Amino acid sequence: MPSSEMLVVIGAGQAGAELAVQAREGGWAGTIALIGDEPHLPYHRPPLSKSGLTQAHDADSLAIKARATYAKAGIELITGRKVAHVDLARTAVHFHDGPSMRYTHLAFTTGGRARRLPAQDELHSDVENVHTLRTLADAERLRAGLVPGQRLVVIGGGFIGLEMAAAAATHGLNVVLLEAAPRLLSRVTGATVADFITQVHRDAGVDVRTGITVDGLETDASDRRVTTVCCTNGERFDADHVLIGVGLEPDTTLARRAGLPVDDGIVVDACCRTIVPGVVAAGDCTRQHSALYGRSLRLESVPNAVEQARAAAASVNGLDRPNTGVPWFWSDQYDIKLKTAGLSQGHDRLVVRGRPASRAFTVFYLQGDRVLAADAVNRPADFMLAKRLISERLAVDPARLADDAQPLKTLLPSP
Amino acid sequence: MPQLTIIQFDGTTHQVEAESGKTLMQAAIDAMVPGILADCGGACSCATCHCYVAEDWAGRLPMPDPAEVEMLDCAKDPRPNSRLSCQIRMSAAYDGLVLHLPESQI
Repeated sequence: MPSSEMLVVIGAGQAGAELAVQAREGGWAGTIALIGDEPHLPYHRPPLSKSGLTQAHDADSLAIKARATYAKAGIELITGRKVAHVDLARTAVHFHDGPSMRYTHLAFTTGGRARRLPAQDELHSDVENVHTLRTLADAERLRAGLVPGQRLVVIGGGFIGLEMAAAAATHGLNVVLLEAAPRLLSRVTGATVADFITQVHRDAGVDVRTGITVDGLETDASDRRVTTVCCTNGERFDADHVLIGVGLEPDTTLARRAGLPVDDGIVVDACCRTIVPGVVAAGDCTRQHSALYGRSLRLESVPNAVEQARAAAASVNGLDRPNTGVPWFWSDQYDIKLKTAGLSQGHDRLVVRGRPASRAFTVFYLQGDRVLAADAVNRPADFMLAKRLISERLAVDPARLADDAQPLKTLLPSP
Repeated sequence: MPQLTIIQFDGTTHQVEAESGKTLMQAAIDAMVPGILADCGGACSCATCHCYVAEDWAGRLPMPDPAEVEMLDCAKDPRPNSRLSCQIRMSAAYDGLVLHLPESQI
């Protein structure tokens, strides 16, 4: 018998696509609508900053699932439409144009947008050579614009900035990278890895500057092109293109205006439920308490989006399937594959396994005898095992952890 | 279109059409085969698209590269015929390929 229940998913990124399909696989019998404001099928974003500069990507080659899969799952995919507001009391989703939609269950998977620099606000809105990177359209604009031999100034030494610096340097551009903090990747890794990554970029010809703050973007007479990046210490960097990679801002506008609690992220419980029955949220736009770390987290990562989407889909189907995953992240730069498991905040000891000079090593972050996090550089096996050490909260002997002659597997309990 | 047979741990069998050039993982995801998670989207970073290649096919696929071998070593319940389905691209030569899925990916 057909169900009269209607699930509406706002946001067709990684979390939205997973949530819609998992809800169906989990037994949802009603209708499902997946609404995205971009014109494309839901697509993988990570390749945009990794191979997107040198390799033409289209929405089909990046598609998370084929178009036919949504049809098979009975999911109505509504692309290129922006939700104007959500009325939780009347259980309705309103668009800027066209008829509204009613729902019985609602999911916010609205993701985030590139954070802006104050200096951007003074620019003409049509400025041609200032870029951010979040969408396929952003990546296409960069790929079409960047020409070998040109000067690219990257503002921000996080994953996006570093991956783009690597891609542009490999592509033959002259790259300067400016980071305001005293070192690169300060939000996500410790000094050992940051120093290593800095050296890798310098060896590739990138001019890496840390502890330097941008306070202005100078334009030519037309106001359509930025020519110089100006810093508070008086240094000036001429640029053909500027890429700003200074983090992500969760897109919580719709949820906040609808009246849901937002605290730098839509607040959800372990099963990704908001305080309103039938309303869930998942992905970069959420804030969730982590039992593993004993604090609330807002994570910007694909694995987290997918894990939360599965939890949210279960909630929609009336089941409890809390998100207990270990946060993890990955970044590809040149020949370096960096994989991070866990979060290192609060560590009181570092253990380095292998030597940075060999370009394959792992840094473990410990609190007492418990591993909180690990950064694995070109060491996928260490990463996989670190994930287990973290999730199972296994006590480890730091001396054995550091001893590269002992297989890491021997630290795990025998099966 | 080349066909793939994917057999879940509980014996449920899926006949999957897999376009040449598409990874085995993507074909399984597009066909909504439960038991392939592919959390990293095919970057050889998570080992949640782990499968066992049927014995008579094992020697007919290209060998895994060192990164895949290292990931497989740490996957759940690895066997000599383990592969990551995101690292193998379908081709007409693999028409009829049979994959078995592990009990769990994580």
